[in-house]
Amino acid sequence: MHSLKLPFHIHRERLPRKRIVGPSFAEDEDLKKVLKSYQSNKIRTTKYSFLSFLPKNLFEQLHRIANIYFIFLAALNFVPVVEAFQPEVSLVPIVLVLSVTAIKDVFEDFRRFHSDRLVNRQLCDLYSSAQKDYVDCCWKDVRVGDFVRLSCNEIIPADMVLLYSSDPRGVCYIETANLDGETNLKQRQVVGFAPQSDSQFSPENFHSRIECENPNNDLNRFRGFIEHASGVRVGLHSSNVLLRSCTIRNTETVIGIVVYAGHETKAMMNNSGPRYKRSLLERRLNRDILWCVALLIVMCLIAAVGHGLWLKNLKDPIFQVDGEMSPALAAFYVFWTMIIVLQVLIPISLYVSIEIVKLGQIYFIHNDLDMYNEEQDSRIQCRALNITEDLGQIQYVFSDKTGTLTENKMVFRRCSIFGVEYPHEENARRLAVYEEDPNRGASRTVTLKSACSRKSLTCRSLSCNRSSVSLHTLTAESGEEDQLSSHPQAKTDVVPDPALEKKLNSLCSSLLHLSDGLFKTTSNLELTYITDFFLALTICNTVVVSSPGQPRHVVSGPARTPLKSLEEIKVMFQRLSFSPFTTMSTPQMKSSPRSFTSRLFIRGKSGSLTFPTPTNNSPSCPNPEPESYEETNGSSGEDSEDELLYEAESPDEAALVHAARAYHCTLRARSPENLLVELPGIGSLPVRLLHVLPFDSNRKRMSVVVRHPLTGELVVYTKGADSVIMDLAERPKGRKAPSAELYSHIREQTQKHLDAYAREGLRTLCIAKKVLEEEEYDVWMKRQLLAESSIENREELLLESAQRLETNLTLLGSTGIVDRLQEEVPETIEALQRAGIKVWVLTGDKQETAINIANACKLLRSSDQLLTANCDNKDACAALLNELIVEVQCGQEGVSEQREDPSSGSTGFILAIDGRTLDWALQEDLRSSFLELSRKCKAVLCCRSTPLQKSKVVQLVRDHLRVMTLAVGDGANDVSMIQVADVGIGISGQEGMQAVMSSDFAIPRFHHLRKLLLVHGHWCYHRLANMILYFFYKNVMYVNLLFWYQFFCGFSGSVMINSWVLILFNLLFTSVPPLIYGVLDQDTAADALEEHPELYQAVYVPSIFWITILDAFYQSCICFFIPYFALAGSDVDGLSFGSPINTSALFIILLHQVIESHTLTWIHALVLFLSAASYFAFVLLFSTFCIVCSHPTNLLGVEPRQLSTPLFYVICAVTTVTALIPRIFFRSLFNTVHPSALLTKDQRQEAASESYRRRMQRWNQNHARTGLPVCADNPGLVPGQEEVLS
Amino acid sequence: MGKEKSKSGPLARRPDNSAFKQQRLPAWTPMLTASTVLPSFYLLALICMLLGVWLLLTVQNTQEMKVDYTEAGSCNLCFEMRKNVSNAGQKCTCMIMFSIEKAFKGDVFIYYGLRNFHQNLRRYMDSRDDGQMLGRKSNLKSPSSYCKPFDVDEKGVPIAPCGAVANSMFNDSFILTYYTINGPTVVPLLRKGLTWYTDKNVKYRNPKMDNLTLPEVFEGTTRPPYWQKPVYQLDPFDPNNNGFINDDLLVWMREAAFPNFKKLYGFLYRANKPFTKGLPAGNYSVAISYNFPVQYFKGRKEVVLTTVSWFGGQNHFLPIAYLVTSGLILLTAVVLTVVWWKFGKDGKNMAD
Repeated sequence: MHSLKLPFHIHRERLPRKRIVGPSFAEDEDLKKVLKSYQSNKIRTTKYSFLSFLPKNLFEQLHRIANIYFIFLAALNFVPVVEAFQPEVSLVPIVLVLSVTAIKDVFEDFRRFHSDRLVNRQLCDLYSSAQKDYVDCCWKDVRVGDFVRLSCNEIIPADMVLLYSSDPRGVCYIETANLDGETNLKQRQVVGFAPQSDSQFSPENFHSRIECENPNNDLNRFRGFIEHASGVRVGLHSSNVLLRSCTIRNTETVIGIVVYAGHETKAMMNNSGPRYKRSLLERRLNRDILWCVALLIVMCLIAAVGHGLWLKNLKDPIFQVDGEMSPALAAFYVFWTMIIVLQVLIPISLYVSIEIVKLGQIYFIHNDLDMYNEEQDSRIQCRALNITEDLGQIQYVFSDKTGTLTENKMVFRRCSIFGVEYPHEENARRLAVYEEDPNRGASRTVTLKSACSRKSLTCRSLSCNRSSVSLHTLTAESGEEDQLSSHPQAKTDVVPDPALEKKLNSLCSSLLHLSDGLFKTTSNLELTYITDFFLALTICNTVVVSSPGQPRHVVSGPARTPLKSLEEIKVMFQRLSFSPFTTMSTPQMKSSPRSFTSRLFIRGKSGSLTFPTPTNNSPSCPNPEPESYEETNGSSGEDSEDELLYEAESPDEAALVHAARAYHCTLRARSPENLLVELPGIGSLPVRLLHVLPFDSNRKRMSVVVRHPLTGELVVYTKGADSVIMDLAERPKGRKAPSAELYSHIREQTQKHLDAYAREGLRTLCIAKKVLEEEEYDVWMKRQLLAESSIENREELLLESAQRLETNLTLLGSTGIVDRLQEEVPETIEALQRAGIKVWVLTGDKQETAINIANACKLLRSSDQLLTANCDNKDACAALLNELIVEVQCGQEGVSEQREDPSSGSTGFILAIDGRTLDWALQEDLRSSFLELSRKCKAVLCCRSTPLQKSKVVQLVRDHLRVMTLAVGDGANDVSMIQVADVGIGISGQEGMQAVMSSDFAIPRFHHLRKLLLVHGHWCYHRLANMILYFFYKNVMYVNLLFWYQFFCGFSGSVMINSWVLILFNLLFTSVPPLIYGVLDQDTAADALEEHPELYQAVYVPSIFWITILDAFYQSCICFFIPYFALAGSDVDGLSFGSPINTSALFIILLHQVIESHTLTWIHALVLFLSAASYFAFVLLFSTFCIVCSHPTNLLGVEPRQLSTPLFYVICAVTTVTALIPRIFFRSLFNTVHPSALLTKDQRQEAASESYRRRMQRWNQNHARTGLPVCADNPGLVPGQEEVLS
Repeated sequence: MGKEKSKSGPLARRPDNSAFKQQRLPAWTPMLTASTVLPSFYLLALICMLLGVWLLLTVQNTQEMKVDYTEAGSCNLCFEMRKNVSNAGQKCTCMIMFSIEKAFKGDVFIYYGLRNFHQNLRRYMDSRDDGQMLGRKSNLKSPSSYCKPFDVDEKGVPIAPCGAVANSMFNDSFILTYYTINGPTVVPLLRKGLTWYTDKNVKYRNPKMDNLTLPEVFEGTTRPPYWQKPVYQLDPFDPNNNGFINDDLLVWMREAAFPNFKKLYGFLYRANKPFTKGLPAGNYSVAISYNFPVQYFKGRKEVVLTTVSWFGGQNHFLPIAYLVTSGLILLTAVVLTVVWWKFGKDGKNMAD
């Protein structure tokens, strides 16, 4: 697994490293040849072509040992001396199985073919050099080097380098939902120095050459450069590339040159299709099959020895055909004959049956209404098709925290600036109200009352057209919809802290009323801190701004400004901007209208603590300010008119921008180089964005380099994890003592606040800034550009460059963001624990946060004892682990003295271990003690863990404890853990789709895990395990009939059953009931399983296999010997003897299934009936019409004759009854002696069905009501109906 | 699929709330506990018991008589004679005396019985050509390879019927005599209608005659090596009972399931006195034309006389099986009752 994570360049060395792309119509022959050598854009995901299907499919199927075995058997039958059946008969099973599999493959392949064709035939505009214009062209005809023109909302046909965009800033927006599921817009940039002018871009004028790396599957990386005819090279990166299957948004026209096409596109290279994992049950199955093989060999040996001995006692009898054959040789031949005869013992159709059953199980899991999330309109996705039953055996669950246990819907909660805490009490109250909304969660589809009350609750905030929409949908659903629409509001609204608001407002008011008493209390420095803090919140992000009126459109600017288009903004920017690359002089600044504020900042920087004597008074304060302040204030009051939508890659970013907005620091518009920011008391300001150092998980921070709008200084704003920022925010040297003192005070205070936030379970971020000297910036800039344009090692260089910039930061403050728990998380965790599953939480968060969340989700109870492991070195770690083990042992002994069962006892141990300690604990020598400790703990919290650590932990537990592990996560950092675990679950939530793409199952919410494991997992496991057992039983039982016969035919390998019936019996007549059994059986009702998670614990008794085999032996004995004794000595012929045996066997096998089934529906009844009917139809037709076929077991006349004799029925009846009595007896004996579970289950089932009936009734009424607008309009009606129902 | 596509709107991907898809189909739950099982157990035991008794009574009314003549009485000589293959051509007849204590009432079936003769050996069963016996001309001239080594003789002339099964056909014949006060009377036997209808009319047919006589049709073939007569002369009295549709041949060709078996030889012809009511009690003899060698496989030969009931010949096993099953069910039912009484009467006792 880890090898996958290795850097790519290691593998790439062998390949020619670069690809060269130029215009496809260029005269250059070499280039043409090169371009031809690249793959075209035609895609073919089908495995087979028309001609290659047969050989290829056969070849693939022959990779299975079982298939080889059966082909070997079929071939063996062609050897005359050992031949048991007619050759064609023995071919039937293998041909049937191969063809069923082949048909399945064809079907799948055809679907792929069909979708390929659809994709290949999509049209796009391709530049044709012949016609000098763009012509319509199929996707499949696009080649590398072609110019493709795309319009808004078109899907990109191949990976292209963006050369032109109709957007004057050279920007184009794409939506990558098809690629990674992220629906936010991403900005792409036209290649710098592209021959783009005001006029239209013409491919004819493009003479540059693109050199880029070879195709790879890294979506976020593109390395290359474009070399212009002039020889100038410009670096290309992923922001210049349009990837296949993304959608163009918000941009009228874009033109690009194709660099990767077809299967070489990143989208296709990432498309790995469904995953194949081998389930535990399948491994056990193989073991059981080996037992069957052993049994087969024993039986054949017995027959061979028996034949040899039997032959020895005879000399040349009249019925001996082969004359002089030594008994040993004859025995040898008989051995092989018996292998053929008894081949049915190895269930040939088992593998294909299991596949079919799993598909059926997947179908039901996929269709479960309980695992559907209405908010996201998403249901469970089953990506791995063959590990359904593993869901029923999970022993360890490893869960990510953020986005998995929590909503990952970040809401700004509180902040600390300048070492001062702003608790945002109002905000907390508002969040609490929202959180306490009692009607969230599972009850929503059921209880109308709640749905409606929610509706009425939300209606206040909704415009009328919303409710008119709801008329057309189910009332319950409409309530849901309302909630949905109310969500962003709840999310984005931040109630400002009055104290902070006052201080911030004083920024403006102070200018007007300098003598204000309030102002004196607020120091200048603090004011600059606050402003910088909010400025950082506003601009230090990658949020895309759009407005709801025109979804996904760049907002054209503040509503009040007369500026209508981006062009005008640009003009405005230019007018207002302080010409970015020329050095700014302070005098200039002073002359600017905002001179006071500017000076304020300059003073703030210089660290003066005293308020300067005001040189400017109110007249010099710019006129627009009061108005604009008023305006902004008013505008944000009424959301409807001036609503901005922020789309962020990470939800914290959006939360912070929203928070800043609540303080009227509004991000109005964004272009790659400029930001339009509205500040309180100042109005809209353009901010020149010089650099964005995007977030990455190594640095754990992001930075922007901007030219400060007020001071004109070069400022770096950094936002990141507190641990990192606190380290980087070194005390600036060379400062005056009081300032240093103050600064350290701020640090201390902030740290204190951070700890408090973490205890509260908040996500903390630190905000810092740094002022750059111009020269410093120039030096850095050069190296940064170098790093950006390099192809090799660019990541490393960029990282290094970023690290160089982000030093000596000044800590501004910190924020606390709430990430609410998802609904029903505590209940789910409790249920999982009751089911005997250990839940571990692996998070990157701080220990305090993790413990807090563990508390919130009831992983940690008040009675539990928390063990924390934080060590600074390895020896300490070793010692601590041992100490903790002893402690736990003592504790457990104490507990076991008090309580009978410590497992469910209230006191447990929870281990919280931090990343560094975990690193040591995972090392070879401490591993075992860590495992020992963690095994004894009820739960383990791993904090501050990296993705690699997460996967290591999972691997350690999986490999060393030999348990079934499940990992659940939602983000890219969980991918490795998800891949390592036996079952990987992705939460299709907020953070993109990487986790989902690598998972086996993707669920919308964490609480779905409960039903997925406890109900579906349990069912799937039991169904499959029972079905497999039944398969073995069936085959052993049937094959033994033939074996017993050998004792009466001189072990010669003859059979008393027609060979076709013999072969088809397992393949056709009795093959469908087990499938139905495997798909539909419910050993316990779903409600009971959910209510009593203890039922989950799968107890696999190895002896059950042998008990089943024993029962099969008994049944086959009865089934053979009763007819034998009934007919012995009579004039019965072989086939007439076989007929009652076969019929009894059929009934026994089918009725055995009925006994084993826990539920029987009309489907079961139908299938059982059809199975029996098909058998009788077959044998009757066969014995009526087939005159010379199936030598030597010609059935002609046998069956009709048998079916018309009473003796046949007398035999069948007693045989069937006697064979089944023991199983019924022991089962009812067991159930009588252990009635509690079953009987109460039964009662529960009744209750469940009753509640289901009522639910269905209600649901139907809901449906009926959708047509009645009256009810939807009048929620008051609904509770009444509810009362009537209940 | 089509249904799903037709859905649109905010909940497009919502699964159908149908009983089937939500796995909530109304289902019967077979809950096997003492209380649910016991009534049917008792009922079943009763039914089995009644059936067993009825079968037993039926069986009591049937009679069976087996006369082993392998080396009994004068057949001893023949037995010794058949030990030597070179004497195969010589005829040998012998006679066995036996007496019937109790009259056989109703239809009486006469069987010949063989013990330890494995007609069910795989290679033996294979060694036949149903196509040939269906009268296919091509198979007549070139028998299937399954018949080897009895497909052609040393000169390459095809054998009809080919194969080991036909070759080893039982060829003893019996004459049953009843000794009354008036002297011996030959018991009249019906030697027709011994076979299944399908065998005689569908499965086996003589080759198309085309105005030829049977011997002409079979020209170019030879009799199986162990046979004394060619296939078209099997029945000297009835020309229609010759060739591949000879009753004795067909009876033989239906291979017995077990090494000890009997095959139908004839029925008692009940038209004339004293046999109108079956076989009267008294002394009988059977004269045997002793041809079939059994000493190679340590076999025995016998003549079997039986009467039949509605479910076949005399069969003591089935009634006993029913009675035993009934007893077993009763036993389990009693055990279950006791257990139920002690433990699970109301399902609560276990909690203590």
